[in-house]
Amino acid sequence: MSGKTLYDKLWDAHVVRRNDDGTCLLYIDRHLVHEVTSPQAFEGLRLAGRPLWRVDANLATADHNVPTTDRAKGIADPVSRLQVETLDQNCHDFGITEFGMNDARQGIVHVIGPEQGATLPGMTVVCGDSHTSTHGAFGALAFGIGTSEVEHVLATQCLILKKAKNMRVRVDGALPAGVTAKDIVLAIIGRIGTAGGTGHAIEFAGTAIEQLSVEGRMTVCNMAIEAGARAGMIAVDNKTIEYFRGRPYAPKGEMWDMAVKAWREMKSDADAKFDKEVVLNAADLKPQVSWGTSPEMVVPVDGAVPDPEQETDAVRRTGMQQALRYMGLKPGTPIRDIALDKIFIGSCTNSRIEDLRAAAKVVQGKRVAKNIKLAMVVPGSGLVKAQAEKEGLDKIFLDAGFEWRAPGCSMCLAMNADRLGPGERCASTSNRNFEGRQGAGGRTHLVSPAMAAAAAIAGHFVDVRGELE
Amino acid sequence: MQKFEKLTGLAAPLDRANVDTDAIIPKQYLKSIKRTGFGPSLFDDWRYLDPGEPGMDHSKRRINPDFVLNQPRYRGAQVLLARDNFGCGSSREHAPWALMDYGFRVIIAPSYADIFYNNSFKNGLLPIVLERDAVDLLFRETEATPGYRLTVDLAAQTVATPSGRVFKFEIDAFRRHCLLNGLDDIGLTLQHVDAIKTYEARRRQEAPWLFAK
Ligand code: SF4
Repeated sequence: MSGKTLYDKLWDAHVVRRNDDGTCLLYIDRHLVHEVTSPQAFEGLRLAGRPLWRVDANLATADHNVPTTDRAKGIADPVSRLQVETLDQNCHDFGITEFGMNDARQGIVHVIGPEQGATLPGMTVVCGDSHTSTHGAFGALAFGIGTSEVEHVLATQCLILKKAKNMRVRVDGALPAGVTAKDIVLAIIGRIGTAGGTGHAIEFAGTAIEQLSVEGRMTVCNMAIEAGARAGMIAVDNKTIEYFRGRPYAPKGEMWDMAVKAWREMKSDADAKFDKEVVLNAADLKPQVSWGTSPEMVVPVDGAVPDPEQETDAVRRTGMQQALRYMGLKPGTPIRDIALDKIFIGSCTNSRIEDLRAAAKVVQGKRVAKNIKLAMVVPGSGLVKAQAEKEGLDKIFLDAGFEWRAPGCSMCLAMNADRLGPGERCASTSNRNFEGRQGAGGRTHLVSPAMAAAAAIAGHFVDVRGELE
Repeated sequence: MQKFEKLTGLAAPLDRANVDTDAIIPKQYLKSIKRTGFGPSLFDDWRYLDPGEPGMDHSKRRINPDFVLNQPRYRGAQVLLARDNFGCGSSREHAPWALMDYGFRVIIAPSYADIFYNNSFKNGLLPIVLERDAVDLLFRETEATPGYRLTVDLAAQTVATPSGRVFKFEIDAFRRHCLLNGLDDIGLTLQHVDAIKTYEARRRQEAPWLFAK
């Protein structure tokens, strides 16, 4: 018999019951809640008169709708305000701990989970948000769920699920200078496509993944969903364990030692079998830029906008043509000639302290180009913001002409006031470049924090590898 | 949950791959705290020429005549034909809510994104997977034949064309059972209260830090 994968281990440890049809009742250790996908679930509980199964397994925050300026004034948009107030009310009524809009610990749900130690290795973590895959970076099984499932977890602490297949993406070798976790994951998606991981749980492995910081690993797992996989994960190592030491929700004392012993098992056995395996060579990777309206539409920064005429598959060709029309780009245009209007550094993909440090290093002592109408930095949480300010990063950004904002999802999906206007072109460190994602008619190019920062200074894309020398 | 047994309904073709949930229902509508009323905003950016906001009277907006669902011949469609990886992107259940509210009960595509696929079943929307060739044929026939109606029989797991061609589809037995009977998952799970409690008691021993307050 072959050994178990990390996913197999996590799954097996959480099976409450195996049903006859092959589905399982799976136990959920941590449920993260935010304002957008929860109101209908709480309403469902009320209508059915159902209590919460385990109140302390839930942790809530408001992130999608919150303003990033002038928070003292509250939320101007009445529809957004009602949604945030509804979360406050629901958490109050059901007794759930919530980091409200004005709490110092508030932030993007996927940033605060690990930051608080509310996400731990070996856990099952769910949230009504597809980027819950982020938490898999710590050897947890973490995935996004819909609102019906949010209600199901609130009422039963379980989900009815069918096990996915095992897939491993290995990135071997050392990463070249100027190439980051974001470039790794964009290159993976470019290679396997947005449906490449559908039906699978992806384990990211290989020396390049091992060498990443935990923040970098979160960036990689964050975008597993963009490769079609509901869950992405990485084995536990010393970096993972050290990250949790002293975090508010992490175990202490004897309990810590006991937990660490269990966490060390959170890795695939050497003889584990995967249904699918993809291998990339880190040395070949370059900084990536997306050119289209799907995260698989990426090229290296020294490349050019591709030509649909070269595509043989008819459905794909049409997709490329539609994307180019929407993006206002011509085939063959060098990526470095694409001029930008706005720069967004933030989102659950790239808004942690390491991301802000990387961007600050590039902009230090320079000025944002004249053609850039807005360059903004939105830290992932109040604690990240405070840390950055302690290190003086806010000063570096402000001196360069960036705006320094309060934490939240912000222009990643433009549910608050931060958005692109029609036709505006943005270098963004977020995860989705879908049509209208950052504002109706807005054009998104996905890049790493260092690449976004370098583009802000130049006014167009540049190869950050040159900038760093 | 609404039951699904059998339906004969007008088909409409949406000829694009990777239709994402932002396209199905743009984020500004996600601010609603209700489950209903998303139909007029389905495919909002493609369907209208002017920008949409929640609370607007959508009947007064400028219609995009080039968008396929705006063609009079597809009015009242209940079966949506789609391409690969339909519903990719976010976990928003507002996507199936909007499709249902608009009037769709069935989607037929070669593949779906996992979360969307799962969410659909929880709301009585049936996402059918057929081979690419079969989907191609349905696209061609739908476009060539005004009033083209498909008959979907969940119990028999078949899609039948007007000319009598029948395609068989696969579906999980559990999902089929729930959909045929309109069963609510939570009610089913709560039949296993004892199993959940037994599991929790064991885990409390093995991994007490997971239960520390
Ligand atoms: S930052 Fe963007 S992707 Fe992440 S949770 Fe917020 S909206 Fe979703």
